[in-house]
Amino acid sequence: MDNHHYDEDEVLFRPIYETGKGFYALACALAAIVVFGLVMYIRQLVFGLGETGMNEPVSWGFYIISFVFFIGISHAGTLISAILRLSKAEWRRPITRMAEVITGIVLIIGGLHPVIDLGRPDRILHLVERGRLQSPLLWDFTSVSAYFTASSIYLYLPLIPDIALLRDRGGKFHKLYKVLAWGYDGSEKQKHALERAINILMVLVIPIAVSVHTIISWIFGMTLQPGWHSTIFGPYFVVGAIFSGIAALVIVMIAFRKAYHLENYLKEIHFRYLGTLLMVMSLLWFYFTFAEYLTTFYGHEPPEMRVFDYKFIGSFAPWFWLMVACNFIIPVIFLSNKKLKTIGGILTASIAVVIGMWLERLIIIVPSLANPRLPYPTGIYVPSLTEISLLAAGIAAFILGFMGFSKLFPLISVWEIKEGRKESVREVTERLNEYLPTSKHVKVIEEA
Amino acid sequence: MPRYGMVIDLNKCTQCEACITVCKLENNVQIVSKENAEMGRAMFWMNMLTKNYEGDFPNIRPETLPVSCMQCDEPSCIKVCPVRATYKRDDGIVAQIYPQCIGCRYCMANCPYTAKVFNWFKDEQPVEIEKSYNPDVSVRPKGIVEKCTFCIHRLQKAKEQAKAEHRKLREKDYQPACAEVCSADAIYFGDLDDPNSKVSKVMKDYRRFALQEELGTKPKVQYLSAMSE
Repeated sequence: MDNHHYDEDEVLFRPIYETGKGFYALACALAAIVVFGLVMYIRQLVFGLGETGMNEPVSWGFYIISFVFFIGISHAGTLISAILRLSKAEWRRPITRMAEVITGIVLIIGGLHPVIDLGRPDRILHLVERGRLQSPLLWDFTSVSAYFTASSIYLYLPLIPDIALLRDRGGKFHKLYKVLAWGYDGSEKQKHALERAINILMVLVIPIAVSVHTIISWIFGMTLQPGWHSTIFGPYFVVGAIFSGIAALVIVMIAFRKAYHLENYLKEIHFRYLGTLLMVMSLLWFYFTFAEYLTTFYGHEPPEMRVFDYKFIGSFAPWFWLMVACNFIIPVIFLSNKKLKTIGGILTASIAVVIGMWLERLIIIVPSLANPRLPYPTGIYVPSLTEISLLAAGIAAFILGFMGFSKLFPLISVWEIKEGRKESVREVTERLNEYLPTSKHVKVIEEA
Repeated sequence: MPRYGMVIDLNKCTQCEACITVCKLENNVQIVSKENAEMGRAMFWMNMLTKNYEGDFPNIRPETLPVSCMQCDEPSCIKVCPVRATYKRDDGIVAQIYPQCIGCRYCMANCPYTAKVFNWFKDEQPVEIEKSYNPDVSVRPKGIVEKCTFCIHRLQKAKEQAKAEHRKLREKDYQPACAEVCSADAIYFGDLDDPNSKVSKVMKDYRRFALQEELGTKPKVQYLSAMSE
């Protein structure tokens, strides 16, 4: 057993076996926030949704905002990891696991939000017993559960070889690993089957991920509300989701790189590549936002303009312009400038984007509801303590879930790193040889 | 099968708001606390909207509009309901099934008339008010959506009465509370498909208009515009 304990990737296993005081302190603090949120939710269950700041006409608030936001973050994972795997980007190896874990955890949290928002959560099974497939809410229910199923399998499959490694090391949680490893022993046949399954899933998971956020946007897009009834919403939401997903991924990677000393695995170049992706998404987001609001403004329909003015110059203007700063100005400044595109700079941009994308959901949902078509007084929405503490609880539960995962499984795919070390150079050389036109270049690469 | 509808003559309307008050009493609509009312949680099945003010203080002439559920023939609320808690009956009334509603409030978000209200809290009233509840209408629990039903319980009662007396339902047998109480007789209610009913005759008036007809919701609550002097 002692032989097993030395491994050049030992640092990846260390968090599983060693836990510092700081970890417990942080976990306790986060758990306290989650428990507080839970207490507030029970209060809401007892007294009714009146405990929130929602009213008429603003009948949706923080919960629906968080729902869209968290599901958006979930696109970090599966989609990015699937696309990087599919495009054979070698730098993906230390990233994919974390991305997939984000998806798994955030989907559970995000998926719970519509339930928190229900006036009668005790009747949730009505959705199954007498659900109407004509309602976009049912589409949503279906697609989010399909996405959760696909992405948790997509997280689990590439985890199997690592679980087998953990099982062979013995010690903590030995029995759990034995069950979860499914008798994987790394034989050629098993490896081949696993790779095939991963390949099928990664292709399958991309359309599911795209459909999930499209359908979430349709909850709004299918209604007649000014500001919501727009054909651009599907792609706009998908772009926003990937955008916030990458930003969340960068934040998580930087945090755990520091906490678990993964500097040797997550190098600056990984962040620079992700930073470039983030920049591209920022420009795309701006393009969609610009196109959406310009058409509204040019058409100048009175009910649409009421919402438009409310966002641009009315009560929501500070939030709107803060969103533009967070989602476009700050990321572009930090990511387009070589001097500022350091890990610190990329982290700043990512934090701005996560805040900005949350604001974007706020700005899409509340102003449309606050400005009804008929001459009702403009709605006012101020979130209550219940809603704020449940948002905090959602974020805390996410961090806590991630920390918990890191104590059971390696946050970086060990077998994929090993495989990369063993085979990548040869594979990439072969691939390059296929691309390049003359035999002269081949020699150059072989010599190098 | 009849198709019930309503026409409100704004020329006759005196803005006394008796329809709004009687509606709350008739249908046991929850009376919320002052703080909640200020937050925008006052519950009305029929509401008085102020479109415009004319003149200067103190000689103001507000231009108002009594608005209830429009009982659309193409209701956008039932389209989005995930559990069929709201549906259109054969007689055209858009009804709510309270025990089915999960309280997602999607119908509220999709109603272009903002006609639906939500029970944010449990209905708790002083004993005196509870004693005066209308026994024909259920008190709704917290966490569900409700709205104007054209006093559907009155239709039920009238039908049974007519059946017991072996006769057909007459127009005056079934009138919602607001139409009955209106002292100016500004509210006409009846069968739109019956060419002889008062309401279908009034529908032909050149002053007739409906709210947001351009959305294609085909509202069955319509108006006769006020004539300016």
